[in-house]
Amino acid sequence: MALLQIAEPGMSAAPHQHRLAVGIDLGTTNSLVATVRSGMSTVLHDEHGHALLPSVVRYLPDSQVEVGYVAQAQQSLDSQNTIISVKRLMGRGIHDIPDIGHLPYRFIDAPGMVQVDTRAGIKSPVEISAEILKVLKNRAEKALGGELTGAVITVPAYFDDAQRQATKDAARLAGLTVLRLLNEPTAAAVAYGLDNGAEGVYVVYDLGGGTFDISILRLSKGVFEVLATNGDSALGGDDFDRRIFCWVLEQCKLPPISPQDTRLLLTKAREAKEWLTDHMESRLTGILSNGEVVDLTLTSAVFNELTRPLVGKTLGPTRKALRDAGLTLEDIKGVVMVGGATRMPQIRLAVAEFFQQEPLTNLDPDKVVALGAAIQANVLAGNRSDHDLLLLDVIPLSLGLETMGGLVEKVIPRNATLPVARAQDFTTFKDGQTAMSIHVVQGERELVSDCRSLARFELRGIPPMAAGAARIRVTFQVDADGLLSVSAREQSSGIEANIIVKPSYGLSEDEILNMLHASFASAENDKQARALREAQVEAKRLLEAIHAALEQDGVLLTSAEREQIEQQMHALEALSSADDSHAIQDAVESLNHATEYFASRRMDASVKRALAGKSLNTLEI
Amino acid sequence: MAITLTETAANRVQKFLANRGKGLGLRLGIKTTGCSGMAYTLEFVDETHPEDLAFESHGVKVIVDPKSLAYIDGTELDFTKEGLNEGFKFNNPNVKDECGCGESFTV
Repeated sequence: MALLQIAEPGMSAAPHQHRLAVGIDLGTTNSLVATVRSGMSTVLHDEHGHALLPSVVRYLPDSQVEVGYVAQAQQSLDSQNTIISVKRLMGRGIHDIPDIGHLPYRFIDAPGMVQVDTRAGIKSPVEISAEILKVLKNRAEKALGGELTGAVITVPAYFDDAQRQATKDAARLAGLTVLRLLNEPTAAAVAYGLDNGAEGVYVVYDLGGGTFDISILRLSKGVFEVLATNGDSALGGDDFDRRIFCWVLEQCKLPPISPQDTRLLLTKAREAKEWLTDHMESRLTGILSNGEVVDLTLTSAVFNELTRPLVGKTLGPTRKALRDAGLTLEDIKGVVMVGGATRMPQIRLAVAEFFQQEPLTNLDPDKVVALGAAIQANVLAGNRSDHDLLLLDVIPLSLGLETMGGLVEKVIPRNATLPVARAQDFTTFKDGQTAMSIHVVQGERELVSDCRSLARFELRGIPPMAAGAARIRVTFQVDADGLLSVSAREQSSGIEANIIVKPSYGLSEDEILNMLHASFASAENDKQARALREAQVEAKRLLEAIHAALEQDGVLLTSAEREQIEQQMHALEALSSADDSHAIQDAVESLNHATEYFASRRMDASVKRALAGKSLNTLEI
Repeated sequence: MAITLTETAANRVQKFLANRGKGLGLRLGIKTTGCSGMAYTLEFVDETHPEDLAFESHGVKVIVDPKSLAYIDGTELDFTKEGLNEGFKFNNPNVKDECGCGESFTV
């Protein structure tokens, strides 16, 4: 059976109506996908346990596409067909990209957005980004066990309309419904729950693999407004690796080395950097292709000294952003750290010194943007009431409609907040049924006779079909004023009917309470009554089907056989009007059994009819 | 009879409640809908109603309304992983038949 998550009170989804929503951090270097499960925002991992997906797309000769770590591994060997940092190209023309000469791709100047000529043909940045999103969507659907309702995708605060539109287009191409694009710094602030906290100005310091962004946000009435952004699009954690790499070359007095050795040493440099996050020194060893051995010890003091200019480079844009926003340090209520590079102690220290307060660092800085996006997606998909503080009107008693056997099918449950809309599909009960009577009721009991009738209307003109083939979608909508409108629409023909009612009209508080208590007190009776009605409906359906079959193909039976079936039908008919659901079920079963040979004979006869008059060689077998 | 949680499920519920920062426990219930008649609901509890029944399992408070209890009495709630997916599972002794997708059932 399907696995369930814990929902907020009153927010349980109906079966097949999951509101699976994810947050996607579509990053320059790495991308992630996160979701809220049982009230907790979590990043989703792939089969190998990786949370990060390197934003690298490689087009292979056999028209396959690789994304992530596998593509990244081939980056230097197949650079023309392996696209990294595609985010920098989104929504940009060829002249908007300053360092385009340094990139190894065959660019094509296209109106609006630059394109890349790969072995798989000319690809736009939108298509390339869509490949990354497809992988994340796939990962999310596997992890959540269903199709996604929608996604919130994060973009840098400075993205303009063209860049935002390109991101949306990429999502659509990947088959995702975009609930909203969210600014990355806002997502980080949401992840820390700042949107529920005190109003004020917050700074988001985001040092990623290759980019640095500083954003200043003002929170008022639960909404974040971006006051200023600044940054450096060519500054990130990779620059810190390169400083260590240069230091190694210097220390070992190495001549210019091969690309392979460069990659080795850069990897070692990154490992040393990461080790120094929690340690005072790091040993850096490796054997170069010419057999030379590198074995050095890097202390955090030396590392800090080496990278002091880089840390300083982040503070310039920070100062500028503050000035642009017209703010001073005293105005800043909190600082949020984003991006893996902010794990480095010297960065945290510099930021704390600059703002004269400890930055927020307890969430994983690689994941914080995706986590915040997931929280936003969860709200937008309708899994939480928009604001816990907002006092909303609720439906006092469930609203539903009558189904076969006088049973109630609840469409909108009690306590749903207004406004609300819910739809459910129903079908026809008889062959060739062309009309359906819709009886709208209110109450908690299982039987229509125990609930309050609100309205009746009819959907006419349903095209004649076999029982169960028509799809009639009934939509209940209650607006903010408590006005209920019910509409029914046959999906294949599009015919429609609707009615408007005021559901709470005429019901006093006491009446509502009484109806509720009656439903609790009669739980066991209702359960039995429901079982009985279900059995009766099943019996009626079976009797009608056999009647129709006897009329059509009665000749296939001997009179003795027919008599036996009819006898059992009479027995079932008699039982149906009594109130023993088990006896009815047993009779249904034995009648089913008794008509098995009849059914198989009918099958044979219809096959014969289909084949009659055709010679063997005209038949396609 | 009663409603119980496996230890794994109880640990998860406690973790989710702690993360949520509020909530009295876990509410189990059913609603009559879906292709086979009924579906389970699983929610955090912020307030209880006078008619609610409460159980305690591995330190977690489990709330059920009397109407739902008729269908799920004896249920053990488990937490399992299936591939990349994970979540809660109802082991309900009352179930006679499930729909193909397993999201709704009849008793």
